[in-house]
Amino acid sequence: MLNPKQSDKLASIILYTIAGLVILILAALVGYILVQGVPHLSWHFLTSSSSAFTAGGGIGVQLFNSFYLLIITMLISFPIALGAGVYLHEYANQKSRLIQLIRTAIEILSSLPSVVVGLFGFLLFVVQFKLGFSILSGAIALTFFNLPLLTRSVEESLRSIPDLQREAGAALGLSRWETVGHIILPAAVPSIVTGVVLSAGRVFGEAAALIYTAGQSAPALDFGDWNPFNTASPLNIMRPAETLAVHIWKVNSEGIMPDAAAVSAGASAVLIIAVLLFNFFARFLSNVLYKRLTATK
Amino acid sequence: MAAGTQGSLNLTNEQPDRHIYHMDEDKHEIALSTKNLEVYYGDHLALQDADLSFERFKITSLIGASGSGKSTFLRSLNRMNDDVATVKGNIMYRGLDINSQDIDVYEMRKHIGMVFQRPNPFAKSISDNITFALKQHGEHDKAKLAEIVETSLKQAALWDEVKDDLKKSALSLSGGQQQRLVIARAIAMQPDILLLDEPASALDPISSAKIEDTLMELKKRFTIIIVTHNMQQASRVSDYTAFFHTGQVLEYDLTRKIFTRPKVQMTIDYVNGNFG
Repeated sequence: MLNPKQSDKLASIILYTIAGLVILILAALVGYILVQGVPHLSWHFLTSSSSAFTAGGGIGVQLFNSFYLLIITMLISFPIALGAGVYLHEYANQKSRLIQLIRTAIEILSSLPSVVVGLFGFLLFVVQFKLGFSILSGAIALTFFNLPLLTRSVEESLRSIPDLQREAGAALGLSRWETVGHIILPAAVPSIVTGVVLSAGRVFGEAAALIYTAGQSAPALDFGDWNPFNTASPLNIMRPAETLAVHIWKVNSEGIMPDAAAVSAGASAVLIIAVLLFNFFARFLSNVLYKRLTATK
Repeated sequence: MAAGTQGSLNLTNEQPDRHIYHMDEDKHEIALSTKNLEVYYGDHLALQDADLSFERFKITSLIGASGSGKSTFLRSLNRMNDDVATVKGNIMYRGLDINSQDIDVYEMRKHIGMVFQRPNPFAKSISDNITFALKQHGEHDKAKLAEIVETSLKQAALWDEVKDDLKKSALSLSGGQQQRLVIARAIAMQPDILLLDEPASALDPISSAKIEDTLMELKKRFTIIIVTHNMQQASRVSDYTAFFHTGQVLEYDLTRKIFTRPKVQMTIDYVNGNFG
């Protein structure tokens, strides 16, 4: 038999090994993708448009599409998530049946496979509502995918603000709306922002929900044309827009350009770097905001 | 139950079960009074027939063991229990029953302020903590707001410590300073009545003593009702004391009577530290 000290030591070793393994897997994965992809990165690769048959195509349009789609998705999903989160945590009677139903619905929505969300978006928005393969269709599909996570993250942020703050507001004769709007939400901003940026990272890397909604083609864009109603304008939300993640999938499954492997590796590296940046940025932003909120103005 | 009334002749050695001091409205100015107050958490009766009157510009302590109903009582006075409990009975304030449904609780709470056990300043600057609610209630005159900040901080005995750092975050203050800031924030609203729920229990003895000094100063302008677990504190600062036990007020009297010649056996046991 082991004495307590020995068993403690053994447990520590095992736990450290497991934790080390997780880090090792992550490092190996990221390292492999970066090592494979980074040599192919160049200014030309990041800015030029892709080519279907010849070598030397870039990912410029896809990269722009990914960011633009992300912004449109956030513009749609964040206000809804904020409203839902505030309602669920600050206003709703937690014991009511309706609220339990809403919570269950959110759980289910968050566990739907993204490819199913994509196909649903295809049938409803692309076909039925005749939105076609477009940024708008893609953004709505991504909103379905994003909404549950974002709503829960807003709710968690609000939950982290102690009830004492709500009581303080109430005791000063402030209405619930004044308390939530001016005291609770500002205090929750750092954590809400973190949630938004982290979910942005997930949305950025999403492919399955977009294949049949935002489409698999990336028509050349005229970056001199900023009228959102022109077909070649980057801002047009009714144009098909293949994103980076979809591009990687497409190049790997049916790419016939001679440098398909290189394009895929380079694009993967860019995607991974972007997602990592989102994570670091989230942490950084939350620290800055927290300091600004609690320190001298 | 032999409800003890003041002045009733006690010919036996038996002690009364209850003794409630009834304030004579002609001799005392009554700021707030409750009548048959009952509080239920779900089906559980947490407080029953509380009939207390609070004299203006006096400090009244509510004492009793944990779960005796004193905090429940206090929080019912400005309707902070509305979301969690059912409160029956009357709470009379300036001739109005503020426990009735048609009372604007937000307006009422401007008159009956509250300070909680744990300091809860907003994550804003020291001066914004004080001015925020005033601005929300429509006061935008900068000079006037600055004046209110100064006077309320002075009244709460915090001014000298923070007068050069009014723009600093309130969260950078120590616990005792935060609690005095919260008191300043409450009195900046110019309430009539200040309810304090164990305001010094989370503080060290020095901060606690400062809070007590502040209270003595504040009673010149406000009627104060304070829940406390600290017997010395109750006997030092308050004019009246109510003893709560298992959801009832067992004894209510002048503080010096409660601490020298209590009439109810339970009170004697409690103030002597025999239980609780």
